[in-house]
Amino acid sequence: MRGAGVKHYDVIVIGGGPAGLAAAVSACDKGAGSVLVIERDRVVGGILNQCIHNGFGLHYFKEELTGPEYAGRFAEMVRNTRAEVVTDTMVLDIRASADERVVSCISAEEGYREYGAGAVVLCMGCRERTRGAIAIPGDRPAGVLTAGTAQRYVNIEGYMIGRRIVILGSGDIGLIMARRMTLEGAKVLACVELCPYSNGLNRNIVQCLNDYGIPLYLAHTITGITAENGRVASVTVSKVDGGRPIPGTEFTIDCDTVLLSVGLIPENELTRGAGIEIDRRTNGPVVYEDMMTMTPGVFACGNVVHVHDLVDFVTAEAMKAGAAAAEFAAGKRVEGEVIEVRGGDGVNYTVPQRIRPGNAGRAAEIFFRTNRPRGESVIKVTSGDRKIASFRREHMAPGEMEKIIVPAVLLAGASGSIEVSVETTGEA
Amino acid sequence: MYDVIIIGCGVTGAAVAYQLARYDLRVGIVERFSDVACGATKANSAIMHAGYDPAPGKVMTPLNLRGIRLGKEIARKLDVEYRPLQSLVIAFSERDMETVRTLYERGLANGVNVKILDREQVHAAEPSLNPDVIGALWTDDSAIINPWEYATAMAEVAVLNGAELFLEHKVTGIVRDGDALTVVTDRGEFRTRYVVNAAGCHAADIMRMVGDDRLTQTNFQGQYFVLDKAEGAKVNSVIFGCPDEKGFKGILVSPTVHGNLIVGPNSDPVASAETLGTDAATLDRIKASGLRYVPSINFRNVIRQYAGVRPTTNVKDFVIDVSPACGRMINLASMASPGLSAAAAVGERAAELLAGAGLELRPRASFSDSRPPVVRFASLDAEGRRAVIEKNPLYGRIICRCETVTEGEIVDAINRPIRPRTLDAVKRRCRAGMGRCQGGFCSPRVHEILARELGVKMEDIRLTEEDSFIITGKTKE
Repeated sequence: MRGAGVKHYDVIVIGGGPAGLAAAVSACDKGAGSVLVIERDRVVGGILNQCIHNGFGLHYFKEELTGPEYAGRFAEMVRNTRAEVVTDTMVLDIRASADERVVSCISAEEGYREYGAGAVVLCMGCRERTRGAIAIPGDRPAGVLTAGTAQRYVNIEGYMIGRRIVILGSGDIGLIMARRMTLEGAKVLACVELCPYSNGLNRNIVQCLNDYGIPLYLAHTITGITAENGRVASVTVSKVDGGRPIPGTEFTIDCDTVLLSVGLIPENELTRGAGIEIDRRTNGPVVYEDMMTMTPGVFACGNVVHVHDLVDFVTAEAMKAGAAAAEFAAGKRVEGEVIEVRGGDGVNYTVPQRIRPGNAGRAAEIFFRTNRPRGESVIKVTSGDRKIASFRREHMAPGEMEKIIVPAVLLAGASGSIEVSVETTGEA
Repeated sequence: MYDVIIIGCGVTGAAVAYQLARYDLRVGIVERFSDVACGATKANSAIMHAGYDPAPGKVMTPLNLRGIRLGKEIARKLDVEYRPLQSLVIAFSERDMETVRTLYERGLANGVNVKILDREQVHAAEPSLNPDVIGALWTDDSAIINPWEYATAMAEVAVLNGAELFLEHKVTGIVRDGDALTVVTDRGEFRTRYVVNAAGCHAADIMRMVGDDRLTQTNFQGQYFVLDKAEGAKVNSVIFGCPDEKGFKGILVSPTVHGNLIVGPNSDPVASAETLGTDAATLDRIKASGLRYVPSINFRNVIRQYAGVRPTTNVKDFVIDVSPACGRMINLASMASPGLSAAAAVGERAAELLAGAGLELRPRASFSDSRPPVVRFASLDAEGRRAVIEKNPLYGRIICRCETVTEGEIVDAINRPIRPRTLDAVKRRCRAGMGRCQGGFCSPRVHEILARELGVKMEDIRLTEEDSFIITGKTKE
């Protein structure tokens, strides 16, 4: 049903970051006649624009690019399609029913408007967990900011956010910012990580901390912040046991800035508002093998679904989602059996959470993260008592996304659900 | 020469200024912080208490009762975020029920619409409660309010009617000077016929400056959690535990006017009124109490903590009088809870006391009891949104995505009668940065807009007080 006067697109992509750009390219390639990308910032590219370090594109482009270069290539690809892009435009809500999808948005130039869509692809990315969310006690002065906000100030706006820096959390953005601030002449005094292992990529530990002699305190956390004249003066760091600070282990670091890299949260306010089912483990929508959510015609990809380690994998997922959205807009509907995918021992979550074997082609890809660093391990896929497949790994880490490919023929025997679990045979 | 200098622009000082604005007076307000409403006014439970709590005969009791009636009217007139909301004092035991009955009697004596609910009734009234709750005191004479907007709105009306506001002026002394007083601050002196002491936690210090040493400030801090709107939607009442033997109202769970949930406060002595840090043990205790009242609160959805220090003194009541040590000074001291609820009535009372002390109150012919309207984009419907964007395209640019705050609202906020100078002050005016990402995405943009509108450098913008600069310079310097 198309409302009178409401402009209609085959596919509307919400978000013009890496996921949105790839989804738009892919939707056009798959034959979508009209595609609209809606970006809230002034330019497309999303968070890649502030990721001026290199290391992007090794999988997809087979070369090493910076974030802006990677984004630039996709922006160029989108320009060569029939997709329209609007920037500085915020989507306020999505109304999705079985046979109609309406996206309302606003911008300074064009005001408030609504668009109809054959299919919608959610590509809103994620946000950073804050000091408030993890309740770091102490004073609340200036100089405490998330690593991503600091990265924007430094890399986009050209401002220094401090001179003596302590980083809480060893997520990738925190590690990258440790190196970045050092190169800008600041002293990074410590990186403090709650877990007994880092949550970042190993290459970032080596290239961003070790190369600059920045100490990494594993199994430690910040248990206090003091202020002087309105700005951070010091932090108290404590050793932890099972996440709880151990009394008597405190030490103080004098600093003027605390950067937080303590986790990313998929940004699903629009998704929730549209009544789309959310997975408690990922904080993202539950999706099928083709990245369609449980609401027909609404697809999702990238960090809005689950937080990825590499942008290349975001691209691959978005290509899948964009193509499926184009097919949905053209009238394709998938019927038939649905298999539920569950995370078992050692598996924090899986994406997708549902597989329709009839739509999986020759094989289904399943992504997940494990809950702790592991040595030699076996990833098992089972259905009830039946073993369906197993995959060996030399090592596994929570900082890295795992991918397994389950041949469709093997799924044929699954009854209702499959479980992915990890069994470790060697030391981490 | 000023007719009146008001010391402090929290909700009490603002209410006095608002009241005096209707008279033909020269009024100055000196405030030590960089914005109005920055002391106890910005860090409390944001509740307009129904008035069952204070015992008949106390100074605070009639002021509480009149204050909430006036406050409701002011909130309507000045478009302050305000929501009538039932409140419950819940009982887990027979001993608690004794307290509930005492409060009920007190409520009746004070003319409050109170009821005692039994187990069945209380769970019907508030389905989110712990099943172990056996009864409660109920009233619907209570409300929740945006406390800093309430104070700011009253101060704005005062300023629009000629009051002069001096921010970042800390009073260091008061000198008697014939028929006048000189209020000495760290940034200049103010000669005035009368002084109103609305200095909150520092009211006792101000009293001592004229030789009145009746009061000693006792610093009782309260810490709070703020939770996401998903949690705010779980309750439909202000939920108090039973007050303890010291009269502390106990930890409460309440929605805010913005739809968030707050859980807190504790009441423990701290070193000074400036001790606003939180600590893990206290936060754990508050969390446990909150979960005891409402087991379904998901503390994974916490977005912030804050703390305030109460303006409590050795006197367990408001101290409102013409200073026995100085006939030209009106004290509004010891304004702890229900200070917010009572504020508007305290403002009226201050005017009466000034008149009694010899100040002539001639109505100001030009008095206008209004302030510029506030556009709240997030609460407009599609038509309303279209209309405001048509008027000003900046309402079409969302800056704070979590709270749906537009550039137009931020620019409006910066150009209001009392200009915010810091990121936190902008946040208090229009909520930019108050949502779940806590300004992670929008603070650099709000920062830029604030610098642009104030015509200052990015480096000169502060987060809050003192030298709370957000950036320390340019890169490559």
